[in-house]
Amino acid sequence: MKRIGVFICWCGSNIAATVDIDRVIAAAQKMSGVVYTDQNKYTCSEIGQAMIKDAIKEYRLDRVVIGSCSPRMHENTFRKTVESAGLNPYYLEIANIREQCSWVHKDKEAGTAKAISLIRTAVAKAAMNEALFAAEMPVTRRALVIGGGIAGIQAALDIADTGFEVDLVEREPSIGGRMAQLDKTFPTLDCSACILTPKMVDVAQHEKIKLITYAEVDKVEGYLGNFTVTIRSKARSVDLQKCIGCGECIAKCPSKVASEFEEGLVSRRAIYTPFPQAVPNKPAIDRAHCRFFTAGKCKVCQKVCPADAIDYEMADRLLTNQYGAIVVATGFDTHKLNNYGEYAYGKHPDVLTSLEFERLLNASGPTGGKILRPSDGKEPKTVAFIQCVGSRDKAKGNPYCAKICCMYTAKHAILLSEKVPGSKAFVFYIDVRTAGKDYEEFYTRAYEECGASYIKGNVSKVFPDGDKLLVRSVDVLSGALVELSVDMVVLAASVDARADAKELAQKLAVTVNAHKFFTEAHPKLRPVDTQTAGIFLAGMCQGPKDIPETVAQASAAAVKVAAIFSKQSLLGNPTVAEVEPKLCSGDLSCMAVCPYGAISEQVVEERRGREMVPRKIAQVNAALCQGCGACTVACRPGAINLKGFTNQQILAEVDAICL
Amino acid sequence: MKVITEKINYNLLREVEEVSGQKVSACFQCGKCSGGCPVVWGMDVLPHQVLRYAQLGLVDELLHSKTLWICASCQTCDSRCPRNVDIPKVIEALRLIILRNKGGNYLHPNDLPARVRENAPQQGLVSAFRKYAK
Repeated sequence: MKRIGVFICWCGSNIAATVDIDRVIAAAQKMSGVVYTDQNKYTCSEIGQAMIKDAIKEYRLDRVVIGSCSPRMHENTFRKTVESAGLNPYYLEIANIREQCSWVHKDKEAGTAKAISLIRTAVAKAAMNEALFAAEMPVTRRALVIGGGIAGIQAALDIADTGFEVDLVEREPSIGGRMAQLDKTFPTLDCSACILTPKMVDVAQHEKIKLITYAEVDKVEGYLGNFTVTIRSKARSVDLQKCIGCGECIAKCPSKVASEFEEGLVSRRAIYTPFPQAVPNKPAIDRAHCRFFTAGKCKVCQKVCPADAIDYEMADRLLTNQYGAIVVATGFDTHKLNNYGEYAYGKHPDVLTSLEFERLLNASGPTGGKILRPSDGKEPKTVAFIQCVGSRDKAKGNPYCAKICCMYTAKHAILLSEKVPGSKAFVFYIDVRTAGKDYEEFYTRAYEECGASYIKGNVSKVFPDGDKLLVRSVDVLSGALVELSVDMVVLAASVDARADAKELAQKLAVTVNAHKFFTEAHPKLRPVDTQTAGIFLAGMCQGPKDIPETVAQASAAAVKVAAIFSKQSLLGNPTVAEVEPKLCSGDLSCMAVCPYGAISEQVVEERRGREMVPRKIAQVNAALCQGCGACTVACRPGAINLKGFTNQQILAEVDAICL
Repeated sequence: MKVITEKINYNLLREVEEVSGQKVSACFQCGKCSGGCPVVWGMDVLPHQVLRYAQLGLVDELLHSKTLWICASCQTCDSRCPRNVDIPKVIEALRLIILRNKGGNYLHPNDLPARVRENAPQQGLVSAFRKYAK
């Protein structure tokens, strides 16, 4: 007979307000195998943990049941407690009487009854808990960073500075990402390029960083400490070893395409570097628009190249590498404005998105840093900035706040007043949100010193009106109708997760939220981890955030990676599937459903009468198994069991609930 | 106008939401409805203010406003509202609340000349009762 101890936590009033603890204790005392019960206001506290340890020793407990919050919260805490008292950590069982009971019930009577039922269930399972031991796994001390924007750059530099190798994969021909497109940055107005380009150069020159541009992640296999990643290095058609970056080919290329970097405001050539400070500063051929690849004739770039670096035969290459940890830093897309016909975007050239306006401000942009109307090249004297276009819009856009627009619009208003003397900015807003160090002061500067008029009111319609634009709105604060004739309209388009975020998430076996942003393991306490061990998040791919936050998260992810690499070996997860060879029929349904490729076929020799006969059965690779349990459901003879969650244990729980 | 405790009708918001089927409390006062309303020039209370008064429970301001009878239900506001509030439905709900509170119709069908009674469409008759009942 097992000697089970039951500990009920009040969690302050979180549990105690809805569950009658004394009645739960009284009920637990009558349960089979329970030899000791106790309660505590905060079991996770040092005192609470000490109580458990003392009880284990004094009453010779060999199984422990704790009725408390979700095991996601404190299972590890309590496993350590139990272990330090000399028990196997897997002798612990947690009954979640907070999230699954007290938080969702109002009726104390019903809540208490449910808590008792949950405790009975946990006691039934705990009695069958076996000692489990984690296997040790080696660690590959090389990190993969996906995405070469400021998040990926920072993460790569920080990991490399701890002395570990990093591969930085970037989809575009150059690193730099969104930050490279910006002009000045809030709230200090330092030039984006001036603070970013040195970091880009550091990445290129760091001996521990290998830069793989114009490449994408194709396939990810393996697990924490031992990921095998296939990277597709796209055919650049330019030999990076030979190319000297002279730019002769770009100057002579006859094919023009809208420049992605310039947000389509001007064109680039089919052979191009995205921007002047590109790293590496060597071009790539965009085959979809190259005259040679589309029409079969041209080869001008090859003729003019003094280094013989153009290679039309180049094919995509697949690189397969081993990594110990992965940082995902894939950034964001700007929201498409197809649903917002009322703003005349795409119909009138002087209606721009904020990122397009940013390019007008930028000294290396299409206008050399002058704010000029795309329609007639004149300086706009009045500019209407419309906030929340596609943000906070549950009808046609994103329900969330894009977080950065209030601040960059204040910046735009300030820069407009500096660049165009006598100009006037009208900012149409719903709410202005400027939480952040020195942010409120920056926003104040826009309307106190730079003359911006802030109008609380969402613009309802923008009409072309001769060479002007008519903006119709209301000033909610005064109740006055507003109809302004302006020279330019700038739309603060919302931010979206990358269009292909979900595909990458599937490759990485991580999760995304309803808006395709990658999900962190815990919204407060594990904001850079994913649910998959060894994969971390940095920057906008996890949710809207500004540059300081992005950099902080990237550095945090780097520390997480370094922490893994600082260990000689890692402990695996012992709750993995296990095959009972005697029962296995060898039909391998389990292999078909395993999402991690952890099950393989094995041939065993069996004695049948006098003969030894070969027979195929399933075999689990404990290092690959993530313990999802899909195989245990698929197995008809019930030969495969998840350790710590065996069919017998689950059935004991079901019996206990049905009691 | 002054908002004081005694003036607040705590049931108004619930009643408007129930009758209209719209989540009036979702409105965050962006004003996009008022900015684009084609008949706003004739309104004493702007569309966004209608929702605000409903949120605050200011029943007198709301039910005595001309706005309710001027709204043409053209749905321009509804098609642009970022919060998915169908404002014409809310305004219709307010009209209904007025009618229900008043009770009875100004016009009785039997009072109509027989000639009109036979030819007029039923919908037209019903809306006439409502209009004259306010």
